[in-house]
Amino acid sequence: MKWFDYVAPRSLGEAFQHLASHPGARFLAGGTDLLVQMRAGRKETDLVIDLKHIPELMELRDSPEGLTLGAAVPCCAIYGDSGISRAYPALAEVANLIGGTQIQSRASIGGNLANAAPSADSIPLLIALGAVCRIASAAGERTMPAEEFCTAPGVNALRSGELLVSLHIPKPGPRSAAQYLRFIPRNEMDIAVAGAGVSLVLDNGTIRSARVALSSVAPTPLFVKAAGDALAGRPAAKESLGTAAELAREAARPITDMRGTPDYRRHLCAVLTRRALEAALAKAKENN
Amino acid sequence: MPMAKVHVQTTINGEAADFLCEPRQSLLECLRDILTLTGTKEGCNDGNCGACTVLLDGRAVTSCLVLGVEAEGRSITTIEGIAGGSGLHPLQQAFLEDAALQCGICTPGFIVAAKALLDQEPHPTEERIRRYLANNLCRCTGYDKIIRAIQHAASQMEEAKA
Repeated sequence: MKWFDYVAPRSLGEAFQHLASHPGARFLAGGTDLLVQMRAGRKETDLVIDLKHIPELMELRDSPEGLTLGAAVPCCAIYGDSGISRAYPALAEVANLIGGTQIQSRASIGGNLANAAPSADSIPLLIALGAVCRIASAAGERTMPAEEFCTAPGVNALRSGELLVSLHIPKPGPRSAAQYLRFIPRNEMDIAVAGAGVSLVLDNGTIRSARVALSSVAPTPLFVKAAGDALAGRPAAKESLGTAAELAREAARPITDMRGTPDYRRHLCAVLTRRALEAALAKAKENN
Repeated sequence: MPMAKVHVQTTINGEAADFLCEPRQSLLECLRDILTLTGTKEGCNDGNCGACTVLLDGRAVTSCLVLGVEAEGRSITTIEGIAGGSGLHPLQQAFLEDAALQCGICTPGFIVAAKALLDQEPHPTEERIRRYLANNLCRCTGYDKIIRAIQHAASQMEEAKA
């Protein structure tokens, strides 16, 4: 790696001062993407700003409104918290899916989002859960839905001087559930050929609302609004889910690479979306 | 630009330690090249193989993906710190007795990661062990002997407690 300086600010204000004097600075959360990319020469910087000593970036707090997940909180802290794992089981599951134990000790969901890989496992679920990004700069703050955050492979919506502080995930209501499923040819430690994150809310015998998002089948994680909308008002039964699966298949815009062909990936989108919805439906019926 | 090395104060294997490093040096490089703790191995150097696993405040991490400067104020355990004063750790003894290694490059990482698991969960199932160690690769053994050695060590540790 080329030489860089390192700072570990203790506050957002201090981080913005460093950023003002080093516009090309890179943020370090878990480092499981950044250090690999810098070592490979794909990213360079003269200053690394470690975010893990800023309280807002390490906040992990559940409240009646929902979960505040600091952008640098490691995955292991999410599934290691029994209350949060109970309240947000799909999130805890995905935190336990990214990489292996050692990666999960360091990698954060915020970092997975900011790295903006099309294959990022957590992003379809964040979109399905209706997560909102809290973005701050020296000038102020703004919020953005997770589905708008990734703009191209490896590129996110942060402007110069901005920082992803945290994610806010609304509290799931009764009769709701979420699920992320991916397909990998190995059992563990692999990059998704395709993935589907879904959530749904039931209302007596019908589906009140649903959200569907996909990974690894477009330049960014893909929110398939039409797939979720098609389920609203339909009976809460497996037979309702095929339409959403078909719409997910149609929305996918996959490339060919070492992991799969476009046809294979489109097929996976339909299968994974249907299976994820079936799993979420079964769980939602139990969540009173 | 100030190209200054950084003075890092940390705890390694229970003892206060300090070292001078460049911010770009990984914890793995600091351990091996500066502190000559060469028990921790470099495999892939990108977080996939787990050969460089150490404990950072008790959690298994790949030290190739930690900067040395991040060790400031933290507690690190390497393979050199696994054995107690009275001899090998039960995991080390079990790896020897059960022939759970061949070339040995992956072994320190496996033992350190397995210790993190047994510290949290004294009785993991075989599936739990396999999933927990998915971030550790071995190209020689086929894993079965490693898994059995860890189960063996877990039962030895349980007997020692009783």
